[in-house]
Amino acid sequence: MRGKRKLFRALSVTSVLVASLFTVATSSGASSSGSIAKGQPVLIGASLSLTGEFSADGTAFQAGYNLWAADQNAKGGLLGHQIKLKIISDASSPTQVITNYQSLISTDHVNLTFGPFSSLLTLPAAKAVNRYGYAMVEGAGGAPSIFQSGLKNVFDAALPVADGLVPFAKWIASLPASQRPKTIAYVTSNDPFTEPQIPVAAKIIKAAGVKTVYNKVFAAEVTDYTPIADEVAAANAQVVVLGSVDVPTVSSFMQAFEQAHYNPKAFIATAGPDQGTTFLKAVGSTYANGVMVPNAWFGGSKNAESVKMVSEYIKKYGGTASGVNADVAEAYAVGQVITAAVKATGGFSNAKIITYLHSGVTIQSVLGAVKFNSLGENNQPTAFTFQWQGTKFVEVNPTTDPGATKILYPKPAWKA
Amino acid sequence: MNGTAVLHSIIDGVLTGSVYALMATGLTLIFGVMNIINVAQGIFVILGAYLSYALSVHLGIDLFAGLAITIPTLFVVGIVVERAFLSRIKGPERVVMSILVTYAVALVIEGVLDMVFTANYVELHAWYVDQSVRVLGIWLPYIYLLGFALALVLLGALYVMLYRTRFGASVRASLANQTAAALVGINVRRVSTICFGLGVAVTAAGGMIYGATNAFNANSSYDLISRLLVIIVLGGMGSLGGALVAGIMMITIEDLVSVVWGSTWSNLSFFVILVIVLSLRPQGLFGQRSVRVA
Repeated sequence: MRGKRKLFRALSVTSVLVASLFTVATSSGASSSGSIAKGQPVLIGASLSLTGEFSADGTAFQAGYNLWAADQNAKGGLLGHQIKLKIISDASSPTQVITNYQSLISTDHVNLTFGPFSSLLTLPAAKAVNRYGYAMVEGAGGAPSIFQSGLKNVFDAALPVADGLVPFAKWIASLPASQRPKTIAYVTSNDPFTEPQIPVAAKIIKAAGVKTVYNKVFAAEVTDYTPIADEVAAANAQVVVLGSVDVPTVSSFMQAFEQAHYNPKAFIATAGPDQGTTFLKAVGSTYANGVMVPNAWFGGSKNAESVKMVSEYIKKYGGTASGVNADVAEAYAVGQVITAAVKATGGFSNAKIITYLHSGVTIQSVLGAVKFNSLGENNQPTAFTFQWQGTKFVEVNPTTDPGATKILYPKPAWKA
Repeated sequence: MNGTAVLHSIIDGVLTGSVYALMATGLTLIFGVMNIINVAQGIFVILGAYLSYALSVHLGIDLFAGLAITIPTLFVVGIVVERAFLSRIKGPERVVMSILVTYAVALVIEGVLDMVFTANYVELHAWYVDQSVRVLGIWLPYIYLLGFALALVLLGALYVMLYRTRFGASVRASLANQTAAALVGINVRRVSTICFGLGVAVTAAGGMIYGATNAFNANSSYDLISRLLVIIVLGGMGSLGGALVAGIMMITIEDLVSVVWGSTWSNLSFFVILVIVLSLRPQGLFGQRSVRVA
């Protein structure tokens, strides 16, 4: 019996050691290789939410990654290697995303990784790929929690989340006293993307003398928004700031507001209205009139890179510039950042790419200039506020921007 | 928080809960008669919502009028699924196998819906979806009132069918004891097939109301099925009345908790109630302790 136990213990120790060595071997082998044999494609892996809560965003991100890969391949690929994308679905799960990146690196031996969708998934994903020494350039993980985690391998090409509502808050504060709203309501999902935006905006707005009459956080898992929306409507604030991550949340609040015959003078949601035709289809085109959303990009951007991408997107998928989801541009920008890094470092070494992206270099992208600070945040983008005016999605803020359209304020009645 | 807000949340809960009860009734009917857990019920609800969407957007058919098409369509879908896959599952592993088979069915339907309609969210629109009527100082949305009425009508029809018809007697006999039912000449297999069809058919109505009150895509089914399963477990697996009571009770308490303590606690309350009830009555509120004889 004792002999058997000893044998079992020895086997256990051996298997653990072998497994550890195998992990180290595969991970180091995967990350240290900066060169690819001639004629072989460069394999880029990403986990995206193609099903589950973020599936609409995940699908748009996939379109963005694919569009970038197609464009870049038409130009000869990366350093002469054709780009092959390996995208697998994480079903919007923060645990599945870890498994996916581990699998992409240790089983598929991808050369580079692109980020997933949402801050919620980016943090665990970045931690996972960091263990293998991989860089993670992403376009949808701008929550402060990601950059406070001490990771050196994550780079967000998009707007830092906390600044999103600043132009809107400044605009409210800048309104003449006669037009400035007296009351405001904040209601947000407890998501790392939405929550950090509220206190930054609330501080500016409060300083302007606007009274907060409602300020609550709701669980991201909530599926029936009616009682929360009814509470907000009952507070009867003149402005509503909704911390949302998707279209259904915004749509539910809008529907409940109309059913309660409540029409705030201004209504802004942190995400959802930026999803182009997806948003219009869900809420109805006339219903969206006056609804605002913060972002750093929109389909009508005059940035030459953006104009080109939008034209190619429309050629491939149809639609109009207003209808292009901002996710597409954020994903495309990720590819552009990697293109610049690979060219500059002359290879596919993740260590060199990380060093390069931390060097303070400025990269041009469809989102505008991208320059990472020591935490991996892009400190270049300007936050804008966009508004649906009819079926057009227009930039309205900062109001001093030459491209800005006059804000529709007060917001027309629902369905006007 | 004030009295009006509490009353409002209770009314919201009862109105919304009745629609969940309708969807859950289909699920519990299927379990009761066939002893299988249909985890595809959520995707059938979404399929019903998409059928209403297609009829409304492409043919201009009113959402409620469209039920005359979508309910029979989903009944046929249910019959086909039962005949093609579920009737082939035999033996002691039937319950476990039914979960796997219906999950596979759900994945296939979800994939097809994703391909046809894409992952972009859509919502059903009609004048009564956004309008409301003021009663006792509370705005009540027409869609919730109509959904409540629809749920009552369909649940009433189901009740009449079960308790006032010869077929209903066969169903109840099969619910109680399949072997005994077969011995007295009831074609249990036929009853099972029709019950599965009926269980799926009610999702057409539930799906239409769900689609009118929520933006949805094919992936929205996951939230739904978890709720529906909780409702039928709480009500008692196989108990139609239990599904009705549990559906209304769960959503009402959830809405009430949201108003009284905050929405962070509302989802938790759903599961706390389930744990408490199951600790005291493992068979659920209206479930029977006795083990069914297959």
